[in-house]
Amino acid sequence: MSAHAGGYSADPRIRWIEWLPWVVALCAFFVLPEYLSLGARILIYILYALSLDLIVGYAGIVTLGHSAYFGLGAYVAGILAAKAGITDPLVQLVAAAAAGAALGITTGAIILRTKALTLLMLTLAITSVLLEIANKATDLTGGADGLSGVVIAPVLGLFKFDIFGKTAYLYCFVVLLLGWWLVRKVIYSPFGTALTGLRENTLRMHAIGAPVYWRLVLVYTVSATLAGIAGGLLTQTNQFVGLNVLSFESAGELLVMLILGGVGRLYGAFIGPLVYLIAQDMLAKQFPEYWYFGIGTMLVLVVMFARGGILGIVDGILVRLRRKT
Amino acid sequence: MEAFLASTVSVAFHGVALGMILYVISVGLSVTMGLMGFANLAHGVFALAGGYILTTSISRFGVPFPLALVLAFVIVGAGSVVLERLLYSRLYNASDLEQVLFTIGLIFIAVAVARFIYGTLQQPVYLPDYLKGQFSLLGRDFPAYRVFIIVFSAVTVGLLWFSIERTRWGAMVRAAVDNRAMAQAVGINTRRLFTLTFALGSGLAGLGGGLGAEIIAIQPTYPFENLVYFLVVVAVGGLGSLRGPFVAALLIGIADTSCKYWLPQYGAFPIYVATIGILLWRPMGLFGRHA
Repeated sequence: MSAHAGGYSADPRIRWIEWLPWVVALCAFFVLPEYLSLGARILIYILYALSLDLIVGYAGIVTLGHSAYFGLGAYVAGILAAKAGITDPLVQLVAAAAAGAALGITTGAIILRTKALTLLMLTLAITSVLLEIANKATDLTGGADGLSGVVIAPVLGLFKFDIFGKTAYLYCFVVLLLGWWLVRKVIYSPFGTALTGLRENTLRMHAIGAPVYWRLVLVYTVSATLAGIAGGLLTQTNQFVGLNVLSFESAGELLVMLILGGVGRLYGAFIGPLVYLIAQDMLAKQFPEYWYFGIGTMLVLVVMFARGGILGIVDGILVRLRRKT
Repeated sequence: MEAFLASTVSVAFHGVALGMILYVISVGLSVTMGLMGFANLAHGVFALAGGYILTTSISRFGVPFPLALVLAFVIVGAGSVVLERLLYSRLYNASDLEQVLFTIGLIFIAVAVARFIYGTLQQPVYLPDYLKGQFSLLGRDFPAYRVFIIVFSAVTVGLLWFSIERTRWGAMVRAAVDNRAMAQAVGINTRRLFTLTFALGSGLAGLGGGLGAEIIAIQPTYPFENLVYFLVVVAVGGLGSLRGPFVAALLIGIADTSCKYWLPQYGAFPIYVATIGILLWRPMGLFGRHA
């Protein structure tokens, strides 16, 4: 994890190649109209993976429970739409973000006092608690049957969610763009540098007088907020919430996507979900056994041989090419 | 009153049986984490393998139950040595994140392989006749199978404690848990010690998985579904200790059984909340050292 994007000394201006994902996403909108629902899903998971990258890749907090904030956002948006009759998508999104932030700051303030196994265990336990609540509070969440009847009004009163997913795609696109801008700002700020410092050597950060605990709580809250927004987006595009948004498998899957793309690299969070979800769309339904086998093998191989993920491999090739010339 | 007493006794009994199983499975995890600092989330895979070995050897090859238990222990232990030498040992110095990802990868592989070979259905357990009946004590009847579980686990646990506390090998393990560098410096081959301990812990997990096959259903998603329980036992009990996880496992077994009996509407909610509470109160677990 040495060659990561960002850092206080790095040039914070946006390089031309950083526009590439957005150009690709816009082209996909026009060229592949029949895949827009998959595309929206990819955009949502990119936002979700970005939020995870912020804490795992930059701050070095290992968590197995990030689905708690994603799932909470999804359920808050869904319950507002299906039970409370609040159908405005932006209001729902703000509520999902607020719920993610509130849960993030309360749980973060508690669990970030611990570390290693205890921290891992607490993140897992918090997700399990939420899952158990969602499972048992059937009046509110629909329990194991899922929450259906989610009604979404047009965005800003103008753009109706259509059957082809055009509005949903562009809506997710804009939200992701804003999320990316925020994460990028955070990473290139002095605060972002402090996070990298925490990841590399917490003791030394203590020694230079950095407020370690509060930095961690703050980044955890930001990350939980983004995850909550991603969850809200998922509800709005699917118009359904299932229990699986909160499951351990979902948190594990997200980690897989992030590690596949490359941890602590910002754009790893773009590549990972893209590759993973497209592969899943093509392979998982036909060959479920082989799919999980492949995922597992890939994880083991990435950890053993390619710790930087896809972007790490690309970096390595670029470095080698430059040396030759 | 009598009905309440009867249900209390029954819940305590079933809770202890479940707790014993959880302990036999998880104690290896506590030792691996304490000794090598390895976050082995795939520990449940060994228990699952033990369960499959037991059920298959009984149903397909007609192996007697006690021998099937031994097979589960030996095969899983031996298999884990291969895994340890080939894969785990490369990651002893890796970061938490890498160990977590690697072991999640192993779980995915194991779940896929199990589903491929056995399908998604729960494996039936064919118990021998002498474990099917009831066992009466002080005018109450107890299912013989669970009595067997409790007695058998207690003996196993006793043997384990004896070997850790009283033998030369146990002294070496304790030394390495306390201070690995120092243990190495006085000439203990920690590398071999790790492999042996890992094999023993995994073998015990296999034994526990087989022994508890009727209590904790043997199906492909086992390592995912029960991961929280194994981790709770270790985290609440305290890393690297033998007694801590024992107390924690019994507490969880009894708490889980009582919740399912008296408060089924809350599911496992109280257990998770209690776990969070205990870990906040004592982050290193109930019996962890640097608390």
